[in-house]
Amino acid sequence: MKTHSNEREISIRANQLTKQYGDFIAANAISFEVYQGEIFGFLGANGAGKTTAMRMLCGLSTPSSGSATIAGFDVYKQTEQIKENIGYMSQKFSLYEDLTVLENIRFYGGIYGLSRNELKEKSAALIDRLGLQGEAHKLVASLPLGWKQKLAFSVAVLHQPRIVFLDEPTGGVDPVTRRQFWDLIYQAAEQGVTIFVTTHYMDEAEYCNRISIMVDGRIAALDTPHNLKQQFQVGSMDEVFYHLAREAKRIES
Amino acid sequence: MTQFTTFIKKEFYHVLRDRKTLLILFGMPVVQILIFGFALTNEVKNSKIVIVDEAKDEASTEIIGKIEASRYFEIEKVVANRQQIETAFKEGKVKAAILFPANFSKDLQHQNKAQVQIIADATDPNNATALTNYLSSIVQDYQSELNQPQAVPYRIIPETRMLYNPQLKGAHNFVPGVMAMVLMLVCVMMTAISIVKEKETGTMEVLLVSPFKPVLVILSKAIPYLILSLFNVASILLLSVFVLDLPINGSLLLLLAESTLFIITCLTLGIFISIKTESQQTAMLISLMGMLLPTMLFSGFMFPIENMPMPLQVISNIIPAKWYYIIVKAVMIKGLGFEAIWKETLILLGITLFLFAISLKSFKIRLA
Repeated sequence: MKTHSNEREISIRANQLTKQYGDFIAANAISFEVYQGEIFGFLGANGAGKTTAMRMLCGLSTPSSGSATIAGFDVYKQTEQIKENIGYMSQKFSLYEDLTVLENIRFYGGIYGLSRNELKEKSAALIDRLGLQGEAHKLVASLPLGWKQKLAFSVAVLHQPRIVFLDEPTGGVDPVTRRQFWDLIYQAAEQGVTIFVTTHYMDEAEYCNRISIMVDGRIAALDTPHNLKQQFQVGSMDEVFYHLAREAKRIES
Repeated sequence: MTQFTTFIKKEFYHVLRDRKTLLILFGMPVVQILIFGFALTNEVKNSKIVIVDEAKDEASTEIIGKIEASRYFEIEKVVANRQQIETAFKEGKVKAAILFPANFSKDLQHQNKAQVQIIADATDPNNATALTNYLSSIVQDYQSELNQPQAVPYRIIPETRMLYNPQLKGAHNFVPGVMAMVLMLVCVMMTAISIVKEKETGTMEVLLVSPFKPVLVILSKAIPYLILSLFNVASILLLSVFVLDLPINGSLLLLLAESTLFIITCLTLGIFISIKTESQQTAMLISLMGMLLPTMLFSGFMFPIENMPMPLQVISNIIPAKWYYIIVKAVMIKGLGFEAIWKETLILLGITLFLFAISLKSFKIRLA
């Protein structure tokens, strides 16, 4: 595990990053920095450009202009290295329902190139940590939603990435389970993993170290939740978000 | 390489755990072979026939004996007068009747000319034509036996030989057709669905973010279906040899190699569909309507292509199953070697490469 010897080590750096589809500018010159071990919230209404930005950072799509480095690797030239150093969890939890817990762990570990021994060790440790000993050989389809979600997250960080991208990881999950899920995120961050998370839930935004709010393809605000509330002189993140999002001109797609 | 095997192992879990898919995969070829082999046959066998023998003489008895010996007919009853023919037809069981008028032998001997009437139930015209042809040829057969001692000058005796399929078995026609159809269905539809399913469940995204190469994702999806399809080919061949008595006349190795080529064609087609579609239903519909229907219509298996209007004949050329059907018929039934089918093989290879190229191109566009 990486230690956070240097809190200010930059993990993600985006500079004037832009993605344009014809006349439509999905992400317009976004710039920000995320530090190693930080929990960075990425907020925005639907269609604000969150997904586009995240896809560029994951090496899934090439930016139209601007620059970005992920864990020190360039998004244009070093997508292979980027992919080896990041983890990803989508809003659909992305586990195979017709595979058992253990098979899912081994599959995802396997495609990240973990060796047989590593896999054996890590999957046993993971199952212990999540308390899934009794369910290891059950199909994922039979697990409750909260467990699937925790499993999906643990699988996403199994190969010890330096950064993990979470795309609306808590969609459709009740608040109690969501709280437990965030405990996992804190644990990972404490071990030095950078967390880049998009969400629609404002209570989750409060859990982040810093958040950015995207409106119409631009970053409209970026700071700690505390500072943002002060800046807009409101009592909750909900109001901050509403304040910014109502100025949006783009029609929700 | 371990990444690759991990992935293929996972694909096998998917297939083996989905009972419905398994049933389609392995049940379908067997059911199709059995249906086409035993139920949907257009062969004329054991048709019930009524014989009206008003003559009851030497000649009529001999012809009746020949009819009885033929495997095409089964004599329902021999009646004495023609009024009973209609009742027999109306009962519906009888498909044909033959009537020997009184003095049949006598007329034949004294006037060198006698009449015999053949009546067939023409509600099914093809069947009726076949039956009357068989009956006429039995009568003709008897006639030429009679004529043998005498020297009749100027006689043309057509000698008909049914090449490659002397017994006119339907199996010769449909086994290659069923092979093309099953492979088309399994490879195109199953591959397309299995890839689109990953898109639907969001797992495709995770795979694309992983260091596992996108092209390898697609390839490792295709390989399990290649293996399963080869099982299907084997089971169809075993059924046709041991259940339908249809031997493989040509080289088995060549047949398997050509089948592998066709399977790869179908797999690339399935991959192409999966790249272009977003939901399992769409993928299934396109595979069924867009692939299976043209395969049935244009492969030449159900309807002869030569009889189609020119534009349709041209269209049939882009249907991969048509070429595979020609190849299988040539190798399996005619027992021909590679030199007879290299053109068709080349065309199939060309279609495959073309499909592969456009799949790869659209896959890259999608990723960008």
